[in-house]
Amino acid sequence: MTLLLHQLRYDQKVFWRNPAAVFFTIMLPVVLLLILATIAGDKRIGKDGVEVTTYYVPAIITLSIVAATMQTLAMSLVIAREDGRLKRGRGTPMPAWVFIAGRIGNSIVVAILMLAFVSALGRVFYGVPVPWSRAPDLLIVLTAGAASFCCMGIALTALIPSQDAAAPIVNGLLLPLYFLSGVFVPDDELPSGVIDFANHFPIRPFFQAIYDAYLPGNGPALAWDHLSVVAIWGVAGLVLAIRFFRWAPRRG
Amino acid sequence: MRGIDLEVRRGEVFAFLGPNGAGKTTTVEILEGYRDRDGGEVTVLGEDPRRGARAWRERIGIVLQSCRLDPYLTVAESLSLFAGYYSRPRPVEEVIDAVGLEGKADTRTGKLSGGQQRRLDVGMALVGDPELLFLDEPTTGFDPKARRQAWEAIAALRDLGKTVFLTTHYMDEAQRLADRVAIIAGGEVVARGTPEDLGDRDAQPSRISYRRGGEEVSLETTTPARTLNELTAEALARGEELENLEVRRPSLEDVYLELTEPDAAEPQEAGPE
Repeated sequence: MTLLLHQLRYDQKVFWRNPAAVFFTIMLPVVLLLILATIAGDKRIGKDGVEVTTYYVPAIITLSIVAATMQTLAMSLVIAREDGRLKRGRGTPMPAWVFIAGRIGNSIVVAILMLAFVSALGRVFYGVPVPWSRAPDLLIVLTAGAASFCCMGIALTALIPSQDAAAPIVNGLLLPLYFLSGVFVPDDELPSGVIDFANHFPIRPFFQAIYDAYLPGNGPALAWDHLSVVAIWGVAGLVLAIRFFRWAPRRG
Repeated sequence: MRGIDLEVRRGEVFAFLGPNGAGKTTTVEILEGYRDRDGGEVTVLGEDPRRGARAWRERIGIVLQSCRLDPYLTVAESLSLFAGYYSRPRPVEEVIDAVGLEGKADTRTGKLSGGQQRRLDVGMALVGDPELLFLDEPTTGFDPKARRQAWEAIAALRDLGKTVFLTTHYMDEAQRLADRVAIIAGGEVVARGTPEDLGDRDAQPSRISYRRGGEEVSLETTTPARTLNELTAEALARGEELENLEVRRPSLEDVYLELTEPDAAEPQEAGPE
């Protein structure tokens, strides 16, 4: 446990000092929230009588959590693998699980910070109330989703052959899913066929679970049906990660 | 690999010398526990590396052939990170001095030169205070000054009583650092011994060469003192000088090239791997 905290402390240092990681996981979601809400304009009413600016707060929280977990892990693990750092770490007495747990812990810390940060921005700029009464439900959804997306991110590294391929592969998977899942475009503007399609992938159900937990008046705060789809993807990722994850560089 | 038989003694610097692609890294990765062998018996510090548990890993230090350290950590942080993995680490400041990075403790790893990064890499292998160190081509790609500094750091390890297993394709590196050397070529050990007597170097004839009347003269002798005495006596009697006079024993490089490329007429430069 001491060892895990030791590892997590250094993973945090490395994360906050890496300008690319900070930009893509912290700054970019904020910029997207401001841009999307500005384009949507004030007081436009979407489905369920919810303002579109309000809609974008849980949408960008969803994006932030996926960026902090799946995207950050896939990118940073491939870079560390190809630099030889994963192999180097394996040659020390540190158990492998500590290394992986440290990275997952790092992602969850960032995800929780982003939940707080985007919620605060939503409150200040768009008057979206912070759902304090639903905070426990939100944290359950976040934790289950973050763990699942971490497993998917680790599994994804097996498909990424080099550092150069990491960004195109990760973004090539995530960006279309954000669009199809109603993260960038409000879902009442999307054809129902698109939503049906996106329901099979993990981002749409995770977005719905976050949405239900965040905005009152949408039925129960805990959307177990959506969350279980995310969890199935997470377990699949875990199985693939255990089977295919590599510590040694692909090159040479 | 076609059967390697090696024994490394405690407290010595052992150099595993061979051209690129000879199987050096494969061998060292088997010893480090990264790779499975097809057959045979391997014991490192009394244990099979493949089953080496945490207690075994505490006792070895590894420097890989190529590893880019985390550019966002400083020298001291990189060492502290690794120190935390071991139960009885050495003080970080002491390790910084041991690898000659004084004054760089708070420099980010990404801002170090290639040679400095490599020495930090050695420091990260040392910080757990291991008994045995594996260094896989520690100075490949270094400029002469950085090599000299790395050599000093490695020589200091021997003085600390560490056992060092070093792979290299530089003859001068083996000659300078190693107590014993094994030469590997085509997956086999083709020679072993101390740098002095490797390949019966001490029993081989010396070569004397000089210029006389604009012509190169070269002869081989097993009694260089006597032959030289006769030659100089003759020259003095004739009142001549022996221009460009040189006496040479076969260098480790000669032996190495002969052993690793027996069929090649021209010695080849070892290129980057």
